[in-house]
Amino acid sequence: MLDDFFSRALVAGVGLALTTGPLGCLIVWRRMAYFGDTMAHSALLGVALAFLFEINLTVGVFIAAMLVSMALLALQRRGALSTDALLGILSHATLAIGLVMVAFMTWVRVDLMGFLFGDILAVSRLDIALIYGGGALVLGLLAWLWRPLLAATVNEELARAEGMAPDRSRFVFMVTMALVIAIAMKIVGILLITALMIIPAAAARRFASTPEQMAVMASLFGALAVIAGLFGSLEFDTPSGPSIVVAALALFLLSLLPYAGLLKRGGSANGRPVP
Amino acid sequence: MLKKSDPTEPARREILVSLKGAGVHRGGRWLVRNVEFDIARGEIVTLIGPNGSGKSTTARTAIGVLKPDEGSVKRLASLTVGYVPQKLAIDWTLPLTVERLMTLTASHPAAEIREALDSVGIAHLARAEVQALSGGEFQRALLARAILRKPDLLVLDEPVQGVDFSGEVALYELIGAIRDRTGCGILLISHDLHVVMASTDTVICLNGHVCCRGTPQTVVASREYQKLFGARAAGTLAIYRHHHDHTHLPDGRVQHEDGSVTQHCHPDDGHHHDHDHHDEAGHAR
Repeated sequence: MLDDFFSRALVAGVGLALTTGPLGCLIVWRRMAYFGDTMAHSALLGVALAFLFEINLTVGVFIAAMLVSMALLALQRRGALSTDALLGILSHATLAIGLVMVAFMTWVRVDLMGFLFGDILAVSRLDIALIYGGGALVLGLLAWLWRPLLAATVNEELARAEGMAPDRSRFVFMVTMALVIAIAMKIVGILLITALMIIPAAAARRFASTPEQMAVMASLFGALAVIAGLFGSLEFDTPSGPSIVVAALALFLLSLLPYAGLLKRGGSANGRPVP
Repeated sequence: MLKKSDPTEPARREILVSLKGAGVHRGGRWLVRNVEFDIARGEIVTLIGPNGSGKSTTARTAIGVLKPDEGSVKRLASLTVGYVPQKLAIDWTLPLTVERLMTLTASHPAAEIREALDSVGIAHLARAEVQALSGGEFQRALLARAILRKPDLLVLDEPVQGVDFSGEVALYELIGAIRDRTGCGILLISHDLHVVMASTDTVICLNGHVCCRGTPQTVVASREYQKLFGARAAGTLAIYRHHHDHTHLPDGRVQHEDGSVTQHCHPDDGHHHDHDHHDEAGHAR
C-alpha cells in the first residue's frame, strides 16, 4: 500500500498529527505559539546548512531549531529586548538567512515551495520511518514528563517549589518541538507547521474537561484534518500543507458552533479569568 | 495564647528552614538583604510588610525557588513543601477541574482528595472548572492542593486575597487548624499590616530587611482591635500596630526619625522597632 505516493502521504500525515496533538496543547497552554513559529522558520536555515555540509535534511533542521531555541534562551537571559521582539528578530532573520543561503548555492536544485508549504510527492518510506520513530520518541518523552510539564504550565514557581524541576521539562519540551518540526517539514511545510500543532488543539478545547482529554482529542482532530486536507489536495490539485491547515481551520470553526457547547454542560466553557 | 501543635515538640524544635543573612539582588538593586529567621516544625511564621517590601522574595528564597545572592538558606533534607503562590492565573485554554488540580504535582487517592476538599469546604466543587471559581473558592482549592501533599512546610503567599472579611476569618482559622492537626510549619505572607493571625507564633516585619520581629502577644494593641472587630473575633485576629523610626524614600534611601537621610537602613534600626512595639503593647495593657 505504501507503493503509491498518496498512501505514503496519508500514513505519514496521520502519524504526524498524532504526535502534534499533545505538543500543540502544551504550546497553546503555555502561550508559546510564536515561539514554535520561530523554531519552525529556522528550519529553512537548517535545510541550507544540510545542503552546505551534506548532512541529512531532517538532522539539519533539528539542529537549526535547537540552536535557535538556545539562542533565544540566552538572549532572554540578557534581558535587553522583550521576548516578543527577540522572537520577531530570530524568526525572520533565520528564514531570511536560509533563503539567501539557498539562493547562493547554485549547484543544488532546491524546491523552495516544497519546503515552505509541504510536498506530499516527496514523502518516502524513510520519511515514514522517521515520522513514526520520531513521533514515538516525542510522545514517550511527553508521557514521561507530563506531570512536571503540566505543573510548570500552571505555575513555574509552584512546580519548582514542589520539586518538579521545570528547567528540565522546558528543555525536553524544546527538544520535542525541534523533533516535530524536523519530521513535519515535508508534510505541511516550514511556514505552516505551527498551524498543525495549534489549530487541532484549539478545536479540542471545548470538548475536553481534562488536559489529557484535550491532548488525545487534539491528536484525533489533527489526524482528521490531515486526511481531509490530503484528499482535498489530491482532488483540487492544491499544495498539501495549506490544504491540511484549511481542513483544520474548518474543524476549529465547527467546534465553535453553538451545538458544541450543548454536548457538554451548558455554559461551562465560558470560564471567567481567575482573579 | 501561643498554641503548641504537639506537646512533645517544644523540647526539641526541629528547624525546617533557616535563613542566615540572606539577600536577593535583581535588576541592579537588593530586593531584600540580611534576612534571618528559622521556621520550626509546628510553628507559624507570618511575614508582613508593605507592597514591594520583599515578602514574596523572602518566601521564595526560603523554599528554593530563588537562590540567595548572599547569605545562606538551609533546608531540611527531603523537605516536602506545599506552596500557594501569590499569583496564579490559569489560562482559559487549559481545561482543569478542581479535582484534576489536586493531582497537579503528585497523585493522591480519591478518598484523600475528597477529604482535603471537604476540609476546606469546597467538596461540592470537585468537578467545577478552576477558571469558573470565585477568588475565595480558588484560594481554598489551592490550599487543599497544598495540604494534600502532607507537607512539612506550608507556604502561603497572601492566602486571603480576593476573600471577603468573614471568609478571611474562616480561612485563617482553617490555616491554624491545619497546623494543629498536621504539625507542619507554616510560612504565611500578609500584605495587611493590621491583620495577622492570633495563632501566629512569630511575626516578622519586612521592608527590604527585617524591621522587627516578635510574638503577636507583644505587638497586639487589643483595645483598638476590639473597637474595630468586636470582642468575639479577638481570639482569631490581632492588630499589629506599626510605627517605623525610618522611612524608605522612593529612591531607595532611608530617612530616619531625626530627619537624617542615609543610603541604607542602619543595622540597629530593627532594634528600635522592637522597643517601640514593646512600649506600645505595654501602654495598651
